[in-house]
Amino acid sequence: MNEISEVSASGIAAAADTALPARREVTIDSHAMNFGPQHPAAHGVLRLVLEMDGEIVERADPHVGLLHRGTEKLIESRTYTQNTPYFDRLDYVSPMCMEHAFVLATEKLLSIEAPVRAKWIRTMFDEITRILNHLLNITSFAMDVGALTPPLWGYEEREKLMEFYEAASGARLHANYYRHGGVSRDLPAGLNERIWAWSERFPAFIDDLWNLLTENRIWKQRTVDIGVMSAELALAWGFTGPNLRASGVPWDLRRAQPYAMYDQVEFDVPVSRNGDCYDRYLVRMTEMRESVKIIRQCIEKMQPGPVKIEDRKFTPPPRAEMKRSMEALIHHFKLFTEGFHVPAGATYTAVESPKGEFGVYLVSDGTNKPYRCKIRCTGFSHLQALEVMTRGHMLADAVAVIGSIDLVFGEVDR
Amino acid sequence: MKARQAVLAGVIGMDFAGVREAGLEGGEVVVRTSRGDLVTLLTALRDDPRTLCEQMIDLCGVDWPERRERFDIVYNLLSVSLNHRVRVIVTTDEATPVPTVSGIWPCAVWWERECWDLFGVHFAGLADHRRILTDYGFEGHPLRKDFPLTGYVEVRYDEDRKQVVYENVKLTQDFRNFQFLSPWEGVTTLPGDEKAHVARQTGGTEVLP
Repeated sequence: MNEISEVSASGIAAAADTALPARREVTIDSHAMNFGPQHPAAHGVLRLVLEMDGEIVERADPHVGLLHRGTEKLIESRTYTQNTPYFDRLDYVSPMCMEHAFVLATEKLLSIEAPVRAKWIRTMFDEITRILNHLLNITSFAMDVGALTPPLWGYEEREKLMEFYEAASGARLHANYYRHGGVSRDLPAGLNERIWAWSERFPAFIDDLWNLLTENRIWKQRTVDIGVMSAELALAWGFTGPNLRASGVPWDLRRAQPYAMYDQVEFDVPVSRNGDCYDRYLVRMTEMRESVKIIRQCIEKMQPGPVKIEDRKFTPPPRAEMKRSMEALIHHFKLFTEGFHVPAGATYTAVESPKGEFGVYLVSDGTNKPYRCKIRCTGFSHLQALEVMTRGHMLADAVAVIGSIDLVFGEVDR
Repeated sequence: MKARQAVLAGVIGMDFAGVREAGLEGGEVVVRTSRGDLVTLLTALRDDPRTLCEQMIDLCGVDWPERRERFDIVYNLLSVSLNHRVRVIVTTDEATPVPTVSGIWPCAVWWERECWDLFGVHFAGLADHRRILTDYGFEGHPLRKDFPLTGYVEVRYDEDRKQVVYENVKLTQDFRNFQFLSPWEGVTTLPGDEKAHVARQTGGTEVLP
């Protein structure tokens, strides 16, 4: 059997020798290729103009703005209270963290501070949001490089978290839960127990996901040493959040410039050192475990109390009071028509959103509407560095890089 | 934290070349400079061991149409090694370009493109001066205060021509932007009460259609 196959193989080789000319040179022109905007791996509406040399990416020029809705312009013509829902719609995968940046900025200009319980609730929901975001990112990243099981699993877990969103705010996605001076209403009875029960089961899910991907040969072949950013490069290109930490810079706003109750909870900041797609995945996986730790601490330390400041010039009165008190009715009417006037001034306030530093540069001229509200979105700088990260890689690696830097175009395009 | 910020503002005000004004505004370090000194100052802020702003987190414009140099260009810098933020502000008008800082931080390219797109501020030396957020072929700079919120053109899909067509914006109802300034501070006509105002002006003789 062996002999026969050898003979036939050499026969084919001999035939090929005679049939083909000795050597043929093939030159391939580099050519431009349009990736997106309608491409499943473009994470929304990214249009990427690629200049290819065969399979190798020579130049990547991302075209953004296909989802531009003029949020910053709209914000200038709405009152502060009317503006928080716009922030849900920026990064629609982590809505509450976006709201957090805006309400913190406004509170800073108003010189008010949310009550302690509201801060605990915000901290807890920020972390729930972080898990929501990382679950979607890691699993859809896995889908981009060919694994279909993680997204199916991840969506099921996300559904449980969105139920907590719904229980607290009434909406699964666009919560509009954080308000200036607190949160819109207190947590319903029993929600903390449900979150606690979930937090006991969830680490097992992280283990499952970890076992599915971390040592997976295909996963590692597709992600290790792909899209490497050194610490210097990452800083110069404006990286923040998990992408920066994957490059070895231990920087986390929750630790460095704590807001809400982050200075009262214990957690580790995972840092990796290679700065490739695989490390970005590892950092996000580890962050989810830390988030669970923070959520549990929030539930333990949260005490009953008011969830918004008791100043009726900023927060609406309870409905029961409005039915009896003329003054409460007037306050309610004024707050939801005119809103409150914010003293003139400017602030840049940032939070550690799941994707990185999300900041709001808010300029007030003393009226009831923001004069200017610049949204410092995280994905904008990450996407900009795509060219540096993909140059010299294969086309399929560009897809892996896009998946690993965690883009949501609602936020990039604003 | 606040004391550290004040010290930082003092150091920048004293020892850095090209600083017009440095101080704390709402507890945040704000430095004002001129266009000519911008690049030297920002390079110094990045490299000086007392400031070490490795990152340019954000660049944005603010439009103040009543001023002669109507635009503020705001640079938000962050030092991850020393944990502080510095905000640098320069002013410009529609015609005068601001020197690009993309040589200091490569990430400035897109932020400057965005600022050009939304405000129409020119950046001298910027290699890539295309629009970024608005549509291909868009005209105007939407974040200027004199650009209407509703814009000038709208798109729709035309079933007959089987393509997306651009048309001038038609509003079935005017965009209503309510004035909420106190009536004692300048509003003479209440929204919806224009009739009474015209009647006052004409002495009550003219009746509106």
